[in-house]
Amino acid sequence: MSDVERQETRGMITLRGDLGSEALRGVLRQICDLDVPGVRRVSFGAGIAAVWMSPDELLITCAYDSAAELVAAFDAAMKGQHFLSVNVSDARAVFTLATQRARETIAKGAPVDMSADAFGVGDVRRSRLGQVAAAFWMREDAAIELVCFRSVSEFVEAWLTTAAAPGAVVGYFNSDSQ
Amino acid sequence: MTSRLAMGGALIDRTKGVSFTWNGQVMRGFAGDTLASALLANGQTLVGRSFKYHRPRGIVASGAEEPNALVGIGAGGQFEPNQRATHQELYDGLSATSQNHWPSLDFDVGAINAGLSKFFPAGFYYKTFIHPRAAWKHLFEPVIRKSAGLGKAPTEPDADRYEYFYAHVDVLVVGGGIGGLQAALVAGRSGARVLLVEQSAQFGGRALVDDVDIDGLEGPDWIETAVAELQALPNVTLRRRMMGAGVYDHGYVLGYERLGDHGAGPEGPRHRLWRIRAQRVIAATGALERPLAFAGNDVPGVMLASAVRDYLSLYGVSCGDRTVVVTNNDDGYRTAIALKAAGLDVPAVVDSRPKADGPLVREVRAVGVRVLTGTGIASVKGRKFVEGVVLCAQAGEGAPLEEIACDCVAMSGGWSPVVHLWSHCGGKLKWNEETACFMPDLDRPPLGADGQGFVLTAGSASGYFNSSDAMRDAHYEALRAVSDIDREQPLDAVPDVAVPEEEPMRPVWIMPDGAKQKLRAKAFLDFQNDVKVVDVQLAAQEGYTSVEHTKRYTTLGMATDQGKLSNINGLAILAGALNAPIQNVGTTTFRPPYTPISMGAVAGEARGALFKPTRKTAMDGWLDENGAHWEPVADWRRPYAICRDGESVKDAVTREILNTREAVGLLDASTLGKIIVKGPDAGKFLDLMYTNMMSSLKVGRCRYGLMCNDNGFLFDDGVVLRLDEETFLCHTTSGGSDRVHGWFEEWLQTEWWDMQVYTANVTEQFAQIAVVGPKARAVLEALGGADVSKEALPFMGFVDAELAGFKARIMRISFSGELSYEIAVDAGQGLEFWLKCLEAGAEFDIQPYGTEALHVMRAEKGFIMIGDETDGTVTPQDLGLDWAVSKKKRDFIGKRAQMRSDLVRTDRKQLVGLETLEPETVLPDGAHAVEGEKLANGMENMIGHVTSTYFSPTLGRSIAMALIKSGSTRMGQELRFPVEGGRVIKARVVDPVFLDKDGARQDV
Repeated sequence: MSDVERQETRGMITLRGDLGSEALRGVLRQICDLDVPGVRRVSFGAGIAAVWMSPDELLITCAYDSAAELVAAFDAAMKGQHFLSVNVSDARAVFTLATQRARETIAKGAPVDMSADAFGVGDVRRSRLGQVAAAFWMREDAAIELVCFRSVSEFVEAWLTTAAAPGAVVGYFNSDSQ
Repeated sequence: MTSRLAMGGALIDRTKGVSFTWNGQVMRGFAGDTLASALLANGQTLVGRSFKYHRPRGIVASGAEEPNALVGIGAGGQFEPNQRATHQELYDGLSATSQNHWPSLDFDVGAINAGLSKFFPAGFYYKTFIHPRAAWKHLFEPVIRKSAGLGKAPTEPDADRYEYFYAHVDVLVVGGGIGGLQAALVAGRSGARVLLVEQSAQFGGRALVDDVDIDGLEGPDWIETAVAELQALPNVTLRRRMMGAGVYDHGYVLGYERLGDHGAGPEGPRHRLWRIRAQRVIAATGALERPLAFAGNDVPGVMLASAVRDYLSLYGVSCGDRTVVVTNNDDGYRTAIALKAAGLDVPAVVDSRPKADGPLVREVRAVGVRVLTGTGIASVKGRKFVEGVVLCAQAGEGAPLEEIACDCVAMSGGWSPVVHLWSHCGGKLKWNEETACFMPDLDRPPLGADGQGFVLTAGSASGYFNSSDAMRDAHYEALRAVSDIDREQPLDAVPDVAVPEEEPMRPVWIMPDGAKQKLRAKAFLDFQNDVKVVDVQLAAQEGYTSVEHTKRYTTLGMATDQGKLSNINGLAILAGALNAPIQNVGTTTFRPPYTPISMGAVAGEARGALFKPTRKTAMDGWLDENGAHWEPVADWRRPYAICRDGESVKDAVTREILNTREAVGLLDASTLGKIIVKGPDAGKFLDLMYTNMMSSLKVGRCRYGLMCNDNGFLFDDGVVLRLDEETFLCHTTSGGSDRVHGWFEEWLQTEWWDMQVYTANVTEQFAQIAVVGPKARAVLEALGGADVSKEALPFMGFVDAELAGFKARIMRISFSGELSYEIAVDAGQGLEFWLKCLEAGAEFDIQPYGTEALHVMRAEKGFIMIGDETDGTVTPQDLGLDWAVSKKKRDFIGKRAQMRSDLVRTDRKQLVGLETLEPETVLPDGAHAVEGEKLANGMENMIGHVTSTYFSPTLGRSIAMALIKSGSTRMGQELRFPVEGGRVIKARVVDPVFLDKDGARQDV
């Protein structure tokens, strides 16, 4: 498997609301069967996940084709309450870094502690990669998923491929068990 | 002469010969050599010329402090000047060249400067080039610039690549000598995450050379054991060839790792810049030996005593057959012992102290070496190499006592701790009388965010030059770091170090004490910049009392070595000249990096395709294949025009405009910012953000809006849609999406946090395509699926519909004055939809157009462009946009500012249209309008400038917009625009709307 793979499509929804509210917790449980994630955490479901983005923002990742329906379902369920859900599936590109070197590839561009002590399954960081904004999290299979804006996807792909190129191994996280 | 000995050399592998070139001449060395040791092994004592006097220079040191042996390494795209030969590992095929001489290293014309040295005193440039005024620019500066600089700049682009790496650790230990190793062991055993970095290729530091017994092991064996234990600890990382370059606030440290400088292979990055966050930094950076200031101390062959024994012990290299050791301390005697043990001759040890009787001194006496106490060197014989020394009484003025023939002088003026990393972030120093050095003042460390010191020093960097004390210091400082970060201190004992006792040193800043002018004028402090004892004394005499001023006046310590060998000696001389205590004179500022780092490492991966991200729309690829002539618009690239085969850009723009005005054009408008604003208070919020009323906008309708900053100046504009009662979609300029989104969020989060409003930046979710021109409706009807008639979708209306099977939002908005629809589809379908539009529009002669056509068409209509008509000092009122500034609203951002006297002045610069009197003549962008008589200072009386200017193919004449003082009252006036070549262009002030003022074209 190549070190860096771009995903074809991915459903993504920006949710903004009171993450502590019973209403939002209930809706997320009812519609997605997901818990509201803790700070800088991801909660995983079957083919769906809720990614913490800020104290009042989540990113729901899902199948591309289900995003529009989910937005409609959120809007219906939260009707009358202050809340925002919007389909952003086309706004971003998604990359998967599945190899042992994923941690150090990201550590070449993000000012984030990527050691196993600090970043593990279910952790997310909304940060940057070199000069562009990026968010990344570790899936349950220990692969790292990274999202960036669509307009810079070519740049990010080139960036990740360069950082993960053979000969550029840092070997810093070798002692980690991913 | 220098040469390779038959035996010895702990670091070299005599079974692996290596060949390299020096100024094109093939030389041989061994694997493990540095370039410096290999040059010495080949008898090359002369390695460069000094900066100012072009004096012959030889290798002085064996490490990072080397001031002289700066060379160019590599060739072509891998050439790099000013590399220290003492730090450059030798590899097969290495090519090195010497610097700063012409025509050759051996015969340098520039050396004539040395003969004229009495005409180049301190502050020479400041004193000489003042008069006449004009001569500086035309004569002095060009000549000085030509001779300035060290080494040659590379002529080809850097062929290598570089990268960054972010690491987060509990404890960072800088320096891998015994102090650093012990500190890392203590911290590592506590379980803390430890990173230990060593700038050279080997751990061990001085313990590799100087006899030391640690827990019953010889130095090198203890080092091996310590490294093995550290390597086995999973929480410890060791990196060699990595320098701790700089310490910054909040435990941020730059590490400079050299991966490709030792011939390791072409793959991967050459340098890696580590950006480290450490809770605690332990600087175990060792100490540097100081030279002694005696006449002729810069002659090749005069070296640091420690370097002489380094070359001997590590590389099996003799720096001379007969070496005179000159010292003011016991440590220098180690060199005599080592030389004697290697079978080399030491005619004398010259010791400036009145008496010396420590164990090391006795050992030297016991092997039959003459020890001359109370003695100094009056002068060195020889010019390109040492031929002998003239001795004198240290206490005297330099009267010769005796001459000793020798070919090497090993000097030791005592040691200075490397306090750079301690000092970078504000750690203070104190002067230690006993060891005559500045050492870290532990009461005043650099403070971190927790108010505690975050940098500690360990070993000789703390000022402990005895290995036993250094080991103890490293151990306890590491324990302190461990306890600072709330870890349990390991219980292991301090290793027991056995070293000979040493008697106190005696500081010597000038040799002999009463050296006359003639001797002081040849006693060098800064070898690289040719600063001598007399220069610093002259500066003091001329009134320079601050060490920082003296540094700049004399250039002491300003060379690429940043005064590693010269600073302490120089400030001691200054203190002496001022009759002030050294502590009061103080040091100059220690700034990162410790030694120079490559520009490539600073740039990191950001070069070539990764230099700067270019934002690309969904249609970018198609446009690129179909003749797009690109221009940058913020971080996006947008097509300026889409050229057909053989068509010029200018012709393409004209064609695109006429086709759009007469038939139909297609524009990629995806770059416009799109921000969703939703919530019960969304209308109220937008009323505050925009100058006009947004809360009254009806669902399904669009409204053009202006945004001002709190000073009342226009900074962004765009069309706002009301999607439903609670939801708005705000368009921003292409460059403004992130800024406007941030602006919204800032007000919501810091000022109006009680408002119920959420925002989301959905700029990238949509591809937006404008179909523009009289036949635009026909194209949409051909696409099919939505009623886009005037009745169903009037001007400034929008509808969400299916268009040719695409889920689309169709907006009837126009930036060209034509019938125009902007259609947003999901970005993933953007290209497909674009192609569909081209297909459906083919029968109507649809043609894509670029940003220049867009600009010309908007100017024809008198529409303003943020960044052209605005520059951060322009209000909506200045632009005649009063109609978009609400007078009814109680408040909006900028309202109060717009009531201030300066913003309501009637003679502000106001937007006008311009028609040149000669219709073919296009005004230059930014041209100034002038009026009346010249001002008293000879300048024209400028009354404004051109903001947009084009040739309008639609109107067949040039048009322009300008901001002109009291412009609104000048309708019909002729203005003068002086341009290059003494020419004046005349233009008449007109209404800025040049085309279809009534809007009939879009009202269809």
